[in-house]
Amino acid sequence: MKYSQWMDGTGPDADIVLSCRVRLARNLLATPFPHRMDDGQAQTMLARVEEAVHHLETGWHLTFSRLSNLTPITRQVLVEKHLVSPLLAQDPIRYEAVAIDDRESISIMINEEDHLRIQVVLPGLQLNECWKVANQLDDAMEQYLDFAFDPKSGYITACPTNIGTAMRASVMIHLPALVLTHQASQVFTTLAQLGMVVRGLYGEGSEALGNIFQISNQVSLGLSEEEFIHNLTVVTQQIVGRERHARQHLLQNAGTALADRVGRAWGLLTHARIMSSEEALRLLSEVKLGADLGLIEAPNAATYAQLIVATRPGFLQVEAGRELNPVERDQLRADYLRRLLGEQNRV
Amino acid sequence: MSHDGDEAQSKNLLCQRCNQKPALVHFSKVVNGEKTDRYLCEDCAKEEGAYHFMLGPQFTVQHVLGGLIGQEPLGSQRSETSTKRCPHCGYTYQRFAESGRLGCDYCYQTFAPELEPLVRRLHGSVDHHGKVPVRGGRQWIQQQNLANLRMQMKKAVEREAFEEAAKLRDEIRQLEAGMESDRGNDHEI
Ligand SMILES: [Zn+2]
Ligand SMILES: [Zn+2]
Repeated sequence: MKYSQWMDGTGPDADIVLSCRVRLARNLLATPFPHRMDDGQAQTMLARVEEAVHHLETGWHLTFSRLSNLTPITRQVLVEKHLVSPLLAQDPIRYEAVAIDDRESISIMINEEDHLRIQVVLPGLQLNECWKVANQLDDAMEQYLDFAFDPKSGYITACPTNIGTAMRASVMIHLPALVLTHQASQVFTTLAQLGMVVRGLYGEGSEALGNIFQISNQVSLGLSEEEFIHNLTVVTQQIVGRERHARQHLLQNAGTALADRVGRAWGLLTHARIMSSEEALRLLSEVKLGADLGLIEAPNAATYAQLIVATRPGFLQVEAGRELNPVERDQLRADYLRRLLGEQNRV
Repeated sequence: MSHDGDEAQSKNLLCQRCNQKPALVHFSKVVNGEKTDRYLCEDCAKEEGAYHFMLGPQFTVQHVLGGLIGQEPLGSQRSETSTKRCPHCGYTYQRFAESGRLGCDYCYQTFAPELEPLVRRLHGSVDHHGKVPVRGGRQWIQQQNLANLRMQMKKAVEREAFEEAAKLRDEIRQLEAGMESDRGNDHEI
């Protein structure tokens, strides 16, 4: 099974910032928004976008797929890889489509809440680079499509919360030490005051599984894209600094307890026979923390982000080549983790 | 989400988060079709409960609208708003208030007076300072240029710099002609 480029564990501050993302919403001029289109309008719109994508396919290495042509498990894997939003993959599937590049860092979601959502995901904290690529792709798309834009309000979106730059920049960040030292909720309260939103691993409404959080800009109008990105980058760097500080504090003041915790997590991951995805995320978080602090050797078979995605239900079922019930999934997940993590000790 | 202490206690579990105190609280939740069970002690439940509270959508259109509708003056203005329809897609403001989404790009013009305070409340601003589309923004940039040149010409006339004013007038005519032919091209697309 293929991993995406954003999971490769490289990039600035990649030990704490798993990935960063920029997403631009675009809508076609004088066309009802997706929730308001009738079948005829939806078909015309989809054909126009597909045509535009075809022009860019070679240069940008894109592959266009109608979601209705993908199996539910394939759609689920795209959500698990953060290439498609849960909303786009949600039933009933009608006119939704996606174009994804070879490296799986670019995806264009078609007929989500807006006609187009152009997304670029990269490993580590490099939001400027994400914006650069998204901006170029947006220009390329605009050669073939007329976007709804107003000089005063900026890019027009289905929901007024997104107008203006219509940009959502976000980082996926691993904060085990801030959670352990009970500082996380305080940090998040400050973020809300700065116009940032905090969500769980899989977006709105999902839980903070495995101490992984998504932080993004709440506001999209009134500043330039560069300014929004600068603000989020600075805030993220500050949180990274606090997380590092909390880690050192734990190491110095509760080093044995921390090493014990990490060792237990490693023991469970390398010996358990049944493992829920929630438990896997929690234990992987502790192992990652231990590896970052040099308490154990880092797993070399896969990066942290790869391990997270590889233990998700959709990914496991693709690996198994068949549908699995939850009990089978928990067993296969345990086998998979034992194999991936256990091998390095057998050298 | 269920909260039944007895069930967790009867299983005599340790808290899944701290592995130290007995689990007295049971959360069960379905995310992306995957059921997760959490058995936590009271302290950890409080800490995680704080995230659940914070991780929800905090700032939705409906949330802000709720606040604004309360302030709206009763009477003629309000009934006008409730009967107004977007001429392009037939959407009403009422439906927007319910769904949080508009019907089409033209809705923003139809409901501009109602949307402005909402947008200000959501973003703290109503003015775009970001990217302008290359093709779609060209016409707008030309209009800005035109307005600038007209202003310069007026000033030149005022200080009786007629030669400069004439030069500016020619520039304006050239720009206007260019915009006319552009508009012709736009129709072809
Ligand atoms: Zn506890
Ligand atoms: Zn409309």
